[in-house]
Amino acid sequence: MPADTPDTDRVDPAPPQADAAESMTLEAFADTIIPGQKRSPDDRAIAGAAEGGGAVAAGALELLRTPATGITAGLGPLAAALNGHATAHAAAHGLDLTADLDAGVPAFVALPFEHRTALVAALTTPGHPEKDGWVLLALFSNMAYDSAAHLSTADALAANHPGLLSMGFAKPDGDGLWRFPRYSYGRALARPHPSTTASGSPR
Amino acid sequence: MTSAQGTDVVVVGSGFGGAIAAYHLAAGGARVTVLERGPWLRGTDFDHDYLLGKSYTRVFDFVAGDGMSLLGGNCVGGGSVVYFAALPRAPRFAFERHGSIGRRMWPAAITRDSLDPWYDRVSRVIPVRTQDWSEVTYSGGLWAAACDHAGRTANPVPVGIDAAKCTNCNWMMAGCRFDAKKSLLMNYLPGALAHGAEIRPLHEVQKITRTDGGGYRVHYSVVDDVDYRVHTDSGTIDAKIVVLAAGAGATPIILRRSEPDLGALPSAVGKYFSGNGERLNTAVINEDRVREVLGLDRGDGIAYEANQIGKGPVVASWDRLDETLPEFSRFSLEQLYFPPGLGTILAQAATATGPAWFGVEKKAMLSRWRSWLTIFQMTEDDNEGVFGPPPPTGNAYRISQQMLGRGPLRYDPTPNTLRGWAAADAEVRDILERDGLATVLPWTNDVVGAYTVHPLSSCRIGDDPATSALDERHELRGHPGIFVTDGSAVPGALTVNPALTIAALAERAMPGIIAAARARGVDVRYGAPLPDDAASAPVTAR
Repeated sequence: MPADTPDTDRVDPAPPQADAAESMTLEAFADTIIPGQKRSPDDRAIAGAAEGGGAVAAGALELLRTPATGITAGLGPLAAALNGHATAHAAAHGLDLTADLDAGVPAFVALPFEHRTALVAALTTPGHPEKDGWVLLALFSNMAYDSAAHLSTADALAANHPGLLSMGFAKPDGDGLWRFPRYSYGRALARPHPSTTASGSPR
Repeated sequence: MTSAQGTDVVVVGSGFGGAIAAYHLAAGGARVTVLERGPWLRGTDFDHDYLLGKSYTRVFDFVAGDGMSLLGGNCVGGGSVVYFAALPRAPRFAFERHGSIGRRMWPAAITRDSLDPWYDRVSRVIPVRTQDWSEVTYSGGLWAAACDHAGRTANPVPVGIDAAKCTNCNWMMAGCRFDAKKSLLMNYLPGALAHGAEIRPLHEVQKITRTDGGGYRVHYSVVDDVDYRVHTDSGTIDAKIVVLAAGAGATPIILRRSEPDLGALPSAVGKYFSGNGERLNTAVINEDRVREVLGLDRGDGIAYEANQIGKGPVVASWDRLDETLPEFSRFSLEQLYFPPGLGTILAQAATATGPAWFGVEKKAMLSRWRSWLTIFQMTEDDNEGVFGPPPPTGNAYRISQQMLGRGPLRYDPTPNTLRGWAAADAEVRDILERDGLATVLPWTNDVVGAYTVHPLSSCRIGDDPATSALDERHELRGHPGIFVTDGSAVPGALTVNPALTIAALAERAMPGIIAAARARGVDVRYGAPLPDDAASAPVTAR
């Protein structure tokens, strides 16, 4: 690796203790952005709203905890704030989370999927005072799935990264570069605009 | 801090506005120093990789504002390194626009006819050429066929791409690995270097002050090569002339930060920003209908499934570039590729409760990604963007180590802009939803605001001092010797990709800038031959 290539393999370790709750909360948020299937029957963070791997399986927490994103220091406060909003959301909608909260399940994780979705929509709506933070969390959750920005793309494809695989992202040539020798229907498919100039531009 | 140095001309930024100025000034005999905020990468540095820290994040700048986010270049060569090399000329009505100021926005001296000789010059250097249909990618071909089916025309767009070298990899936003894209690294910049210009990468200009001799002192920070949030050094360079070409998202910020030292600036500095009226729609193609209705087949039984294949935009529909239509209703529609990362999150899926940019339906939409067709709308917006107070350094509060920042632009689209977007959305739907070819939705503006890859007009030329920061010679009003030659000088949205117009305006400004330099005692003459490949080795092979 050249000296000027940042070490994005480095992932900040999650702080002990707060971790389980924080990780579950962040997983539940990422799973709301790109949902996936449960890892086990008792999986709480992943709601199981969709088949196949979602943002969590794609590596959302690894990406969120990559210092290059610039948001690692904010993850704890964001998770705490999200659970605060979830508690308020539950109260406003008459949801009783007591049993889950007593069992140590974070409030956002305790929300049913449709309520997680409604809350994330509210937090990312224009005008919400904390919108910037929630958009960043959503952006990197999405990027874990659609571009695997915590992994080298060729490596991610070789490892059957769930997002790139589901999207049908093509694999590179043997040298790690993409080339598409077949790319054109090879025939005229429309009439050009009658006012096109000799330079090929609009008049 | 590095001690003060001196030169004849400091050029801030190395995109079209900066590279063209650097070439002509250096070739004419001036001592030229180019300060570029981003890194200097060569062909083999351009990665096919979305991993944070690879060229895709090193050479790009994504700044989220209030109501508008900007995507721009951040490297030697600026936008030319990361753009898609679509190089049409602006239609003649674009120069006649009034916007909302009640008079022609452009200087009286500039029309399409008067700019054509300057377009010609840039087109020779790049070079710009029209594409043959055999070069048109599946996505461009599909857009063309759909336009034709709907009774519209469609044109292969003029480009600055060497077809023989292009692999249609669609990684060109991370820089062209194959030297097929004829960026400024291949022409003006090596030409400037051959004539003695100095290019300093990772030098971010923060402000400009005056010197006792009537010149200017340019203050810069040296930016860490990996973590752009870190500045490793700082310094100043004195110059008789300053050419600002930091891009429409940065030039007005540098100037506003300099105002306490320079004195009052024209009120138009940091106002009248235009996002070139840009907006995106994503269509999910019905492969069966494309085969049945349009008769398209790749030859392997697949009708399309080619979103990933290609070289950005290759076909545009120009039917609505009609000068007889009223202002704010004219636009072009260009097929485009936007890579994952930035190109999927804002696309919306239809759900029972309306469009959604995340969730179950969005995931299902992503599973059809190969059948996506992105349509780029370039409309006439209302120059409603305004920059707030400058951040402490650079053009944004940097969030990530590279690429992502939060900037001071506010953009609240007016009814004129919204009407143009709605008309363009309706036209795309009419073409692509016809006979069940696709389902189409616009990108959401709720997440990071509207989205432009062609920021313009934040420090614009004009004849009216109240609504233009620069005179028609691109000189900053009230501050002789400071010129602006980047996209911020363009008075308004162009309804097409603006790179060639920015470049032509920079070429046009050069005789005047060189005359101003001579008047300030710089031994420089205008009239150097245009740079060509024979003049110097490509920068990419340094």
